[in-house]
Amino acid sequence: MLSVLLAVVLFLLALGIAGAVFGVPWAARIYAAAACACAVAAVAAVVFLVARADVPEALVLPVGLPWLSAHFRIDALAAWFALVINVAGTASAVFAIGYGGHNDEPARVVPFFPVFLAAMNLVLVADDAFAFLIAWEFMSLSSWLLVLSNHRRPGNARAAQVYLVMAALGTACLLLAFGIMAGPDGAYRFASIRDNPPQGAAAAIALALVLLGTGSKAGLVPVHAWLPLAHPAAPSHVSALMSGAMTKVAIYGLVRLLFDLAGPVPWGWGAALVAVGALSAVIGILHAVVERDLKTLLAFSTVENVGIAVMAFGLAIVFRTNAMGTLAALAFTAALFHVLNHAIMKSLMFFVAGAVEVSTGQRDLEKLGGLIHRLPVTATLALIGAASIAALPPLNGFVSEWLTFQAVLNSPSLPQWVLKFGVPVAGALLALSAALAAACFVRAYGMAFLGRPRSRKAAEAVEVAPSMRWAMAGLAGLCIGVGILPMVPAAAMAPLVRRFAGVDFAPLADGLSFGDFMLLAPVTPGVSSYSGFVVLIAVVAVTLASIEGVHRLATNRLRRAAAWDCGFPDPSPATQYTASSFAQPLRRVYASTVLRARDHVDMPEPGDARPARFTLSMRDLAWDAFYAPVERGVTWLAERMNTLQFLTIRRYLVFMFTALIVLLVTVALAK
Amino acid sequence: MIAAAIAVGLQLGQLLLVLLLAPLLTGIVRKLKARMLARKGPPVLQPYRDLAKLLRKEAVVAENASWLFRAAPYLMFALLWLAAALVPTFTTRLPLSAAADLIALVGLLASARFLQALAGVDVGTSFGGIGASREMMIASLAEPAMLMVVFTVALFIHSTSIPAIAEFVLHNDVGLRVSFALGLISLIMVAVAETGRIPVDNPATHLELTMVHEAMVLEYSGRHLALVEAAQMLRIMFYMALIASVFVPWGLAGQGARIEDVGIGVAAFLGKLLAGAVLLAIFEVSIAKMRVFRVSEFLGVALLLGLLATIFLYVSQSA
Amino acid sequence: MLRGLHFDIAHTLSVSVLLFSFALLYQRRIMGVLNAFALQALMVAAAAAWQAYSQEAPHLYATAGIALVLKALVVPIALKRIIMRLGIHRAIETVIEVNGTLLAGVGLVALSILLVFPVAQDSAALTRENLAIALSIVLIGLLMMITRRNAVTQVVGFMSLENGLVLAAVGVQGMPLVVEMSIAFSVLVAFIVFGMFFFRIRERFDTLDLQYLESFRGDRGQDHRP
Repeated sequence: MLSVLLAVVLFLLALGIAGAVFGVPWAARIYAAAACACAVAAVAAVVFLVARADVPEALVLPVGLPWLSAHFRIDALAAWFALVINVAGTASAVFAIGYGGHNDEPARVVPFFPVFLAAMNLVLVADDAFAFLIAWEFMSLSSWLLVLSNHRRPGNARAAQVYLVMAALGTACLLLAFGIMAGPDGAYRFASIRDNPPQGAAAAIALALVLLGTGSKAGLVPVHAWLPLAHPAAPSHVSALMSGAMTKVAIYGLVRLLFDLAGPVPWGWGAALVAVGALSAVIGILHAVVERDLKTLLAFSTVENVGIAVMAFGLAIVFRTNAMGTLAALAFTAALFHVLNHAIMKSLMFFVAGAVEVSTGQRDLEKLGGLIHRLPVTATLALIGAASIAALPPLNGFVSEWLTFQAVLNSPSLPQWVLKFGVPVAGALLALSAALAAACFVRAYGMAFLGRPRSRKAAEAVEVAPSMRWAMAGLAGLCIGVGILPMVPAAAMAPLVRRFAGVDFAPLADGLSFGDFMLLAPVTPGVSSYSGFVVLIAVVAVTLASIEGVHRLATNRLRRAAAWDCGFPDPSPATQYTASSFAQPLRRVYASTVLRARDHVDMPEPGDARPARFTLSMRDLAWDAFYAPVERGVTWLAERMNTLQFLTIRRYLVFMFTALIVLLVTVALAK
Repeated sequence: MIAAAIAVGLQLGQLLLVLLLAPLLTGIVRKLKARMLARKGPPVLQPYRDLAKLLRKEAVVAENASWLFRAAPYLMFALLWLAAALVPTFTTRLPLSAAADLIALVGLLASARFLQALAGVDVGTSFGGIGASREMMIASLAEPAMLMVVFTVALFIHSTSIPAIAEFVLHNDVGLRVSFALGLISLIMVAVAETGRIPVDNPATHLELTMVHEAMVLEYSGRHLALVEAAQMLRIMFYMALIASVFVPWGLAGQGARIEDVGIGVAAFLGKLLAGAVLLAIFEVSIAKMRVFRVSEFLGVALLLGLLATIFLYVSQSA
Repeated sequence: MLRGLHFDIAHTLSVSVLLFSFALLYQRRIMGVLNAFALQALMVAAAAAWQAYSQEAPHLYATAGIALVLKALVVPIALKRIIMRLGIHRAIETVIEVNGTLLAGVGLVALSILLVFPVAQDSAALTRENLAIALSIVLIGLLMMITRRNAVTQVVGFMSLENGLVLAAVGVQGMPLVVEMSIAFSVLVAFIVFGMFFFRIRERFDTLDLQYLESFRGDRGQDHRP
């Protein structure tokens, strides 16, 4: 299966070149081909997981640095993540067939889109530090170019700049981490790192760097602030890939390094992941709930969901170091499940945002409204996506949160006091973020699709192209399917869970019967169980019964009339609740301290004809504390370096000569 | 085979029981409140008559309401009915309860609330928005508080399935548990907030600036309103049944229950409901409604009590 | 079984003392604070009486009586009368908002448990828990003193801190009565001192909000309106 994946990578790279050569006229064909390639890769990943998961395949290609050929390998972990990103990739490419023409400058998107997909796949199969970092950097740069494709819109150039700086910082952290892990002999192959994991202080520094490097790419608090700038700036199908797939690649990096290469890590790292994850979940969704730009809102929700997954991974580490295999398997399953779910839901929601943007030219919630009448199909699919990302049963988002809660509930058996107290608190934060996510998506959906149109463009919106609808429908179908049959993906990830937790996910431990597929009972049956399938059937049955009952008992007469609104209906859509007013109670309760949200009301004196003004200010504390200094430093350095661009040849030669002499002196002294 | 048939029968009986008793419960609470305020009050059976009247009336729907507005009452009603039917009222032998544990029940309620809030903003009026926005704010605190109570119970009993919890409390000497007491207070506060009772919301008012739930369902009429009202009654029923089955499960018919046990179970449940109605009425007449932004502090206390309950679990465990 | 019940009741009583500490933090009106304080003192009295009964230590009844008479009745009633007479503002200004203070309170409880449990590993379960709860009550009393601007609430915070000490004292077997007397007297002294203090502030500045005192400090007085 490794050869299939590598072939897909090569094919996607070739598509990138074709995109550059043939350009926009071929865009639809290139997207269609990319969709096929991703679908093939996804199928290959599934086949690998089902049939050969226990035998990793490896391949050495004589490319790259002369003394180190490029190593590639696929194991269950890589295959799972390959499945996740290629599902998102397929949907995104299908969506792009219809959507691509609506980009500002399609010529800047078409060539880089397949390259971005190829780079993400390549990261997953890399088996030495060089290949990994090169693929990682390729992924960063191709997505950066895609972020920059709408460069004429205000704010996007700045978003791209911040993204580039942060991506470079993340890569630098990973580079250093690999340097430490490889040791003085330069054993850069993953196999050799795995055999000799770093020890002591070196391990601690390396892991901290890994957390910083992959965490900044995944969008963990406090290194998240670039994400809500960069992800929304790209065209929507790329935003979907960045949020749905690239953050997953970052999580893959974290898992690969922390669970696989670093050897057994102490429980403190698990506790750190739980803390960072819980914090990210709450802060991310708090930002999202007060945000008025639909795509930025979704990007903040990505921060939340990455936090949830990382928290579950942290629990897995904690349970594993305390030799509680069954619970580690549960937490690991929950985390991997959430990775899959988030890729599905977030891609779907970004497609919805793209569809809304295509049909109205808007993504500001204050200017949308009433789209359920104009875009019936999109609105229905968006409702499924919103409900599943708000973690509502019987959809898929609920399953992974439910599993995470089950893992949290088993925390009192942990011996460490800090964890005994800390994990339930993290559970409370998780519950808070789930409740806020529901509020956030009621607001997003309600303001965009329900109510009355708040702008002329929203009132004249038209339904989007079929390929876009099909992409959304496919993902919405997955939301329902995965939600009601969670044991199917759980069975697919079983080899991976077995490898990392030492034991099987409990329901899979002694085979699976048909009944087991219906009921999810993660620890022991009879203790805690959930069945999305039965819930769905029961809800449908009870709903049908009540419709039938009501229509027998009641009259079927229905009259359309003006809205009641306590007797004072106002025809102007401006009298509706707006997105900002919807968020006001939540802003007042939570954001006034956490985000320093302040409402400023400028009310003119009686007799003054000046209009009253309301302004809202918020600060991202992580930005102030972490990003602003880094950004200032880089800008300062760049301005100093700028003079180097305009030197004479003689001066350049001086620099080169000095560098050479310094190197030679260093070598001489080291000897 | 017979056992399965009995189990299915009990489950169906439970579905019917909660639906039939829910309006009665509301009627009793209203009557008791009125008597305590020295009013005569509506008859106890008035809620049934109200529902019957609403069902017969023509439904008036706003011109720009979407299909979601019309579908939401049915779905909401079904979700709450199902949720109430999954909590053991008179027996723990409920085959469907394996499909949804306590956390999933919280999820079902959240789904109902999601639909209700969406229906609130659908017509595009300011009242619908105000109600939906406040409802989601209240829920954002109430839901974590409720989950903390679930945690407390589950950490102690090692199960989140309600029949298992009820059986555990029935058959083990749990004693006077501080954590449970704290959890009970927290759960009551959550229930008061979620069912829209005083001091969080006033079920009997249409005073614009203070209402939450009523504002959200302002546009409903006829059969849709009947469903929304019935759903709200079922919500009260759900919380009463939940509190009864977790904290005072005595009288519940167990797994191998005979017909007399079922009778005892029903009688005990009726008694518990009556006691709950009296307590709710006393509570409601003795305090005033609070400002909307005090609600966050009220529920903050519920959340913190839940946290304290979890913390004290470790303290008490060492005894 | 009997042992278990004894334990449970003692434990419940001390936790309810702690709960009233949270009630003190939650209140926004002075009268509410005083009522909550009176109830807390009542719970302390009940806890002491229960200990007297279960440890068969009659001198603890005296402690219970002192707590009941002085703290649950005399002090709150006297403070209420002072407030009535002075016509003080009934609302309390907070430095940190209520939810934040409550959260900090829960944090303090967790901290106390984390501190006490490993240290007192081998002592009897109830003493250990009482110690943890008493420590949290003391810390919450301090928290109340630093996060509320009103002088009355500072006095109440101080006295609720004393309640924590009494609770710790009654939980330990064989604590002599002298200590409790001294605690009770210190409360009385504090009450008198603070009472005098009120009058002095009131006479001069017409308010009990301590923030206004700051403007009379030489180094930063010019920034503030008296």
